Amino acid sequence: MSAPAKEARAVEKVDLRSPEEIRAEKKKGRMGAWLILPGMLYMALFFAAPVVVLLSMSLFVKPEGAELGEFVPGWNFGTYAEVWNRYWPVLLRSFVFALIATVAALIIAFPMAYLVAVRLRGKPLLKGILLVLLIAPFFSSFILRTQAWKQILADEGWIVQTLKAVAILPADGSLTATPFAVICGLTYNFLPFMMLPIYASLERLDTRLLEASGDLYASPAQTFMKVTLPQSMPGVFAGTLLTFIPAAGDYVNAAILGNNRDTSMIGQVIDSRFFKVIDYPGAAALSFILMVCILILVLIYIRRFGTKDLF
Amino acid sequence: MYNTKLGKWFIPVVGGLAFVYLLVPIVYIFVFSFNDGGKSNLQWRSFTLDNWKNPCGAPGACESLVNSLSVGAVATIIATVLGTAVAIGLVRYKFRFRSTADLLIILPLATPEVVLGASLLAQFLNLGWDLGYWTVIIAHVMFCMSFVIVTVRARVAGLDDRLEEAAADLYASPMQRFWKITFPMLIPGIVAAALLSFAMSFDDFIITNFNSGTFSTFPKFVYVAAARGIPAQANVIGSAMFIIALLVVIIGQVISYRRKKALAARG
Repeated sequence: MSAPAKEARAVEKVDLRSPEEIRAEKKKGRMGAWLILPGMLYMALFFAAPVVVLLSMSLFVKPEGAELGEFVPGWNFGTYAEVWNRYWPVLLRSFVFALIATVAALIIAFPMAYLVAVRLRGKPLLKGILLVLLIAPFFSSFILRTQAWKQILADEGWIVQTLKAVAILPADGSLTATPFAVICGLTYNFLPFMMLPIYASLERLDTRLLEASGDLYASPAQTFMKVTLPQSMPGVFAGTLLTFIPAAGDYVNAAILGNNRDTSMIGQVIDSRFFKVIDYPGAAALSFILMVCILILVLIYIRRFGTKDLF
Repeated sequence: MYNTKLGKWFIPVVGGLAFVYLLVPIVYIFVFSFNDGGKSNLQWRSFTLDNWKNPCGAPGACESLVNSLSVGAVATIIATVLGTAVAIGLVRYKFRFRSTADLLIILPLATPEVVLGASLLAQFLNLGWDLGYWTVIIAHVMFCMSFVIVTVRARVAGLDDRLEEAAADLYASPMQRFWKITFPMLIPGIVAAALLSFAMSFDDFIITNFNSGTFSTFPKFVYVAAARGIPAQANVIGSAMFIIALLVVIIGQVISYRRKKALAARG
């Protein structure tokens, strides 16, 4: 459409609207504002403002001869350098653990999602039951389930005994209190967050595309790589984010399944700075560093793999 | 993969195994709820029904469960009402600051729980509020609302506008149009969002731990107890909640399945 024609159309459009209609549209806009206002106010008050408070707290100064937990407002940027130098290896470890757990969860969750979304089409009852089985464990508390894993993988448990008997595990080896146990725990606990978005996008997969691909002599592997996987990308994208972000900040798995040497994660450090060491600025600075690192990683990820369906 | 021999057994076997993996700890928790394990419940000793007969036997266990249910219900109701309004407002109406609103919804989802918990704690310390029931509710509403908005918004965006237009042509007022046409079509999405909210609130530990003070929820009770040994009553409560959740949703599904079948038969 040429520019003058466009203009003419715009003029026509304005002419077509009666004053009542214009008023109605304005009212509609105001109505929308009233709908979102309470929720957004809440988010501003209890999400945005706290983040700002956290930021200012990270710059607090400990006055001379202060008591434990006594800090005054200030501009102490030194806290950032201090906690970064001390804890960057823990931060790096948190991201590596979260990354491995995310990849493992993706590998496990994809067949689950495919089974429920594609294979069980036309069997709504069985499909429903499997989906419920995914959510119901939330009600038995993930702390209790993680604790159960600790006991299942314990040195005197039958799994470790069997592994030792067939010499997969050395006689003095153990599964708990290792990085392996922590990563397994992370993978296990965030599996539903990976599976559900993949399920949602596979549910819309048109199986005729798979047949068409087969008719065109594509191997099963080719069909998977060229048809199934691209179609499920929005779900994979959402699932990996919903797994990686909470896994990187988690401290329950590391606290229950880890040890004090080579498994501590950044969440544990933040928690203990807050509650045991009573170092509010240090804890706040670490929280902020974690948040910024995750946002940077997520933005890079969205740039590289992002789809229009999300964000 | 759809029609090959390999694909035929590979997906059900691997997918099935993954579901088994998901349920292993639940089975463990259930079995050990019958253990006469004394205080720590680490080793299997002998079978007993005592724990099930007396689920409140461990001090603080039932109290924390009641707290969790109460927080979950209140937080879910507030988050669902506020979140649904936001979802409708965002899809249906155009206004300035939309991208700011989007950012306020997405950012909490991209922020790890420790940071959400720590920043709220900083805010409460700053305001001088006492930590307890209400600070936990405030925290839970905050993280549940983002999930509600995202879930319901997808549903609102998928609605067919023509139905509302048809209602308008039949002289329905805007209020009637909303309550008789739009809202009923949103109900499945709203229910799903509310269930998700309740599950997330019930199972939350990290944010709760930062903002609860001495107030105890079920996950917090288990975490604190873990230091001395978790009493078997915690296993009883965990198993019972799992079974109740399973039954409630399955019964709901069977009812809606039957209703759909009946409707299909009539149509």
